[in-house]
Amino acid sequence: MLFTVLSGLITSSLIVPFGRFLKTKWGFILAFLPVLLFLYFTKFVIPIGQGSYFVQSTTWVPSLGINLDFKLDGLSLLFALLITGIGACIFFYANAYLKGHRYIDRFFGYLCLFMSAMLGLVLSDNMLLLFIFWELTSISSFFLIGFNNDQEDSRKSAMTALSITGLGGFFLLAGFVLMGNIAGTYNISELVDKVSLIQQHPLFPLIFGLVALGAITKSAQFPFHFWLPGAMKAPTPVSAYLHSATMVKAGIYLLARFSPILGGNPIWMYSLMIIGGITMLYAAFHSLFRTDLKGVLAYSTISALGILVFLLGLGSKEAVIAASVFILVHALYKAALFLITGIIDHETGTRDLTVLQGLRKVLMPVAIAGFLAALSSAGVPLTFGFIGKDLIYEATLHAAPNVFLYLTIAAVATNILLVSAGFMAGIKPFMGKLPEQFDHIHLPYKSMWIPPLLLAILGVIFGCIPGFVGNWIAGPTANSILAQQEVFHLKIWHGFNLILLLSTITIVVGTLVFISNTPSHKKLAWITTFEKISPAYILNVCAREIELFSAFFTAKMHNGYLRSYLLKIILFAELLIGYQLYLGGPLHIKWDTLSPVSFYEVTTVCILVGAIVLTIRTSSRLTAVVATSVVGYAICLIFVFYSAPDLAMTQFTIDTLTVVLFVLVLFKLPSFLNLANRRTIIRDAAVAIIFGILLSMVALRVLHEPTTTDISDFYGDYAYVLAKGKNVVNVLLVDFRGFDTMFEIVVLSIAALGVYSLLKLRLKSSDKE
Amino acid sequence: MNSTILQTATRYLLPILLLFSVFLLLRGHYYPGGGFVGGLVASIAFVLHSFAFGPQNTMKLIQYKPLSLIPIGLGIAAVSMFLPTFFGYPVMTGLWLEEKIPVIGMIGTALFFDLGVYFVVIGVVLTILFTIALNTEEE
Repeated sequence: MLFTVLSGLITSSLIVPFGRFLKTKWGFILAFLPVLLFLYFTKFVIPIGQGSYFVQSTTWVPSLGINLDFKLDGLSLLFALLITGIGACIFFYANAYLKGHRYIDRFFGYLCLFMSAMLGLVLSDNMLLLFIFWELTSISSFFLIGFNNDQEDSRKSAMTALSITGLGGFFLLAGFVLMGNIAGTYNISELVDKVSLIQQHPLFPLIFGLVALGAITKSAQFPFHFWLPGAMKAPTPVSAYLHSATMVKAGIYLLARFSPILGGNPIWMYSLMIIGGITMLYAAFHSLFRTDLKGVLAYSTISALGILVFLLGLGSKEAVIAASVFILVHALYKAALFLITGIIDHETGTRDLTVLQGLRKVLMPVAIAGFLAALSSAGVPLTFGFIGKDLIYEATLHAAPNVFLYLTIAAVATNILLVSAGFMAGIKPFMGKLPEQFDHIHLPYKSMWIPPLLLAILGVIFGCIPGFVGNWIAGPTANSILAQQEVFHLKIWHGFNLILLLSTITIVVGTLVFISNTPSHKKLAWITTFEKISPAYILNVCAREIELFSAFFTAKMHNGYLRSYLLKIILFAELLIGYQLYLGGPLHIKWDTLSPVSFYEVTTVCILVGAIVLTIRTSSRLTAVVATSVVGYAICLIFVFYSAPDLAMTQFTIDTLTVVLFVLVLFKLPSFLNLANRRTIIRDAAVAIIFGILLSMVALRVLHEPTTTDISDFYGDYAYVLAKGKNVVNVLLVDFRGFDTMFEIVVLSIAALGVYSLLKLRLKSSDKE
Repeated sequence: MNSTILQTATRYLLPILLLFSVFLLLRGHYYPGGGFVGGLVASIAFVLHSFAFGPQNTMKLIQYKPLSLIPIGLGIAAVSMFLPTFFGYPVMTGLWLEEKIPVIGMIGTALFFDLGVYFVVIGVVLTILFTIALNTEEE
């Protein structure tokens, strides 16, 4: 399984050197990657349908509990098939859709990366591994959504999507780490055995909240739904892929995967049912007012995701099988509708529902696909959508007696609105009279209209053989969500009962809504007046305030004056040291333990003090520099007195070089100006003197404290034994702490490169002028 | 600066200082010294030369850009860091030759690591100083 994940990642990196190949007519060969992966996964359908599962494990960072654990069970298989199957359609489609685009190689690089990330996400059996792939999907989708990076809108939508899903990622990681610490393992299969341990822990509500936040941000649930309509700025193949089968379904997958671990309690049930319920109604209602085809699809997608969250929250056996079937139903018809929208956009150049009509005359196969997909989304009998909707109604009707009525009403209302949305996207553009401006339109490449037609027809085929799907695909999926073994029988015909009545009502009322509701710009304008109270608006205000605050904060703290930084750093250090010294109680100095003062020391300190006074008082830069270097040399001498020759040597050479550097720079500076006024001088002096006093106190306290010499003894004893060196300082540098030295020289190199490039760069720009 | 005394003195001092820096580098494992100080002393030697003859002449003397010393040094340090892994030891294990070599003494990975530090230090110091010196002169 590892290779299925890696294959996409490797292909993606191979596109960097061999990307030009994609621009030739042989570019479609890349699409065989998802096809092959899809065929590989179909191999598992039969064994998994018989109740087995597959595990593969490779150690990676065992000390942190991160291992490359992969597991393929019913749930993973359904998603893997969707990702690779719809992925294959998208690859073929995008190759034609973006033909001749400048950055088509880049596009497929991102797409491969995204596909691997999604595959890794659904196959991971380790929470931390899952999180890594989770973040990878956020990042790669950022590039896909912002693919048209020359448009400001597109960049902004990509940023919004990344901020929302990235934010959810943080919460998710926190939830995972808490859960892993409580259960003592990061392996998801092992967590299933520790359900009671996790659910009875006092932190359980927090864990649930964090994981749920991760899922609802990713799956665009209210109030985080707004990134999804924004993400419609992406090229249509991306929207089709991200919003039918992959990206937004990742949150659903997460909830499904963790429902045996976190589910089955009131917190899980009520919060998810409420969030899902609000989302499905709110978004379905909004889809009525959109005039942009993709906008309609975006809101109906959010609504469908709401239904899934709602069903997983309900968590009963009926609800879970309904969710499993609906994931497949939705993926098939939504991908088809998105692809059809892409064709319409590609050929007519518009997605405006008020303009588009009569396209069946020029785009017949596309119209058939749209018609079938719309029927499936409406849940007309003999389509797969009919089975899905039946199961949803069955789940709500079998819910607890005190709530089932409300749940059923909510489900019916949502579905009525979704019927209308599906018809608007799949049928409306093809009905009526063809406007003259669209006369010249012709069918696009086969690789563009075959995928949606295929997906739409599959929706009908599955609808005719629900028993097959129930046994081999949806059944195993539901079993892995429920963590049990059941046999599900899906049937086309249940006889005349309440569910059939509800289905009929849904279709009839939905059709009426579709006929009576003509999308217009006026209605769209009306609904957008409510945007002032929408979560998106509120979040934007928050983001703007944070930006303002950070600008203010940066101006105060990071003003570009070295003296201001020094002052702040030293003041902060003083606060910390002062507080710690205060905690340590009064300072006792044992005068008798101090070593006697020698003549050399007194002389050196006198020179030092004299040099400091000179540095402060002088009005010439050169004198100041020389005086500072005298201070440095005096300190060198002190090092020598206290037998630290290595330190003294280094200090000496460094001081010499510093003076040279100063002289080089001074050459450029204007002659000395006394800019500081009296108040500044007094303030700086006070800060400096306090710092000196505090450090002296620290030094005195160190003398007073009982010291342990374990570490220095260890190095002293073992320097020769282990590292064959007699100079402990050097042995520390090159052997015991060699890693530190390595990083230090890397830092030094970066500093040198920085100076080099800064100065050279400035030179070049002045050349330009 | 055009001082004959300084120029003549530098002609003799440069090789002596460079020798001294190598001496510091080699003795580092047993006595005060090491790659860092050695590198600083070597850079001071070149800085002295540039004071006496001007940075352009020093650059001519070195022939190569001091910037190129940085990757060389980092490379040597990194190789000596990862060399033990080829013999099945963890990264940064000290490996030593059995026999002493005359003049140099014991040879081991630590010495090469120090050599890497030595080159990086020279490269960094000279890059920074010469970049500043040459740019200020041109303007």
